[in-house]
Amino acid sequence: MNEIWVLVTGSLVGITCGLTGVFLILRKMAMIADAISHTVLFGIVMAFIVTQTLNGVWMMIGAGIAGILTAYLVQVLQSNGLQEDASIGVVFTTLFAAGVLLITLFAGNVHLDVEHVLMGEIAFVPWNTWTFVGITMPKAVWMLLFVLLLNILFLVVFYKELKISTFDPVFAMSLGLPLVFLHYAFMTLVSFTTVAAFDSVGAVLVVAMLIVPASTGYLLSKSIKVMLISSMAVGIMSAIGGYYFAKLFDTSIAGMMATTAGLIFMLVFLFRPYEGLLVKKRKLTNIHEIVVK
Amino acid sequence: MNAIEVSQLTVAYENTTVLHDINLHVPVGKLTGIIGPNGAGKSTLIKAILNQLPNKTGKVEILGQALNPKNNLVGYVPQRNAVDWDFPTNALDVVLMGRFGHIGLFHRPSAKDREKALNCLKSVGMEEFANRSIGQLSGGQQQRVFLARALAQEAEVYFMDEPFVGVDAATERTIINILKQLKEKGKTVLVVHHDLQTVRDYFDWTVLLNKTIISSGPTNITFTEEKLQQTYGGKLFFMNEKNNKAVTERGSLSAIR
Repeated sequence: MNEIWVLVTGSLVGITCGLTGVFLILRKMAMIADAISHTVLFGIVMAFIVTQTLNGVWMMIGAGIAGILTAYLVQVLQSNGLQEDASIGVVFTTLFAAGVLLITLFAGNVHLDVEHVLMGEIAFVPWNTWTFVGITMPKAVWMLLFVLLLNILFLVVFYKELKISTFDPVFAMSLGLPLVFLHYAFMTLVSFTTVAAFDSVGAVLVVAMLIVPASTGYLLSKSIKVMLISSMAVGIMSAIGGYYFAKLFDTSIAGMMATTAGLIFMLVFLFRPYEGLLVKKRKLTNIHEIVVK
Repeated sequence: MNAIEVSQLTVAYENTTVLHDINLHVPVGKLTGIIGPNGAGKSTLIKAILNQLPNKTGKVEILGQALNPKNNLVGYVPQRNAVDWDFPTNALDVVLMGRFGHIGLFHRPSAKDREKALNCLKSVGMEEFANRSIGQLSGGQQQRVFLARALAQEAEVYFMDEPFVGVDAATERTIINILKQLKEKGKTVLVVHHDLQTVRDYFDWTVLLNKTIISSGPTNITFTEEKLQQTYGGKLFFMNEKNNKAVTERGSLSAIR
């Protein structure tokens, strides 16, 4: 039974991150996601210091605020003359460091150690359950389901606005679309997704689950819908494959999930139809043979 | 009534004035060229009129009212290189984006919107490419898709940022024919334009711009050698050389006359 919960949790991480990751990639914000995955730590610790509980709802709120703060500060530095990558670097390391300091100062004895935040521990997920409307499930599964639902809702309601503001923001602005709202709403969702995936895979590997499946989908797709589906599929495959590989080699589940995602990406990169490296190479060899003959 | 009425418009970035004291009117139904050297602020003028710049002062009216995207009076063709053409979508989907102003929040494009988008693709000669990935289109085809998207907006006043840059001759002819059709339907079109040779043929209203309005009015009155020299500040010869046109200063100006 526990094994099933670990697989369910992993798959939910794959689906949720895969969904969010698609627009992160298309909006060229992969590095912002990296930043947010770290700065939510600051938000979580602040939530703990203020409420003195490790309640999931407060953690979400804290993380959401931290995510928006990160996106906002990066924007401020950038529009005042600093390059985007440097802005991200400054904001994310500073807030993350503040989070680490706050943990050691104020939250030393609680279950909120840095290693856990960075690496997560999906194997412990089944023991931390929560009962709601008579259903008892691991807390991580509840959180992931909630965030997945939010993500789907946001996507369904704002799909066309999200698409146009991603493809052509200048044109979207001329239509009077609420670009600023969309940006920060999306950043909030990225923060929520990060927190929900935290417990299982940790801050570092959640980035892998956000970026790698979506990038794989990008290589395979000619439309956003196909990209969404393939990204989620790669996410699930990475989670399930990662679990069994980890069992086989007796090693970190989260680490193996990210590694599996990386392997799938590599395979697709090399062997994808039409544009894969190997296909190109074979074509080149053929041309070479023709020329030599 | 004027299609566009701009008064005392000034745009500044970090203490550098990009546009200064712009006073401009364009009557309804004019096909208008915005002409000026590189860095004259042509694209900035369009963006300022469309209310896309924060550091702007002055007043802009479109058909007698303040700009309001909700009433769908304005159509826009941004510069083609402003977007990532590797974006995973097809030509029809891009044209469909032109309908979003009419569709509104929380609604999906209807079958009728799709039909309109397809018709717009047809009118730029691109219907057979409807399902083609935009990354596989040539520069000229991409520009046609952008024009089709603006047509799908069913606007009254159109702003086009360098629609003729980097397109093939056939596309340029298609585009100018469509712009002339728009004019015949009583629409107003503003085009940021580079090629001085074609100004007389294309536009019946001309705006000469270099940080401020040098001259604006009917092409036969505005587009003169003297005013052009004033606009380009003696850089006319240099500009032609850069465009790889084998014309002397005299030659290029005789083309204007």
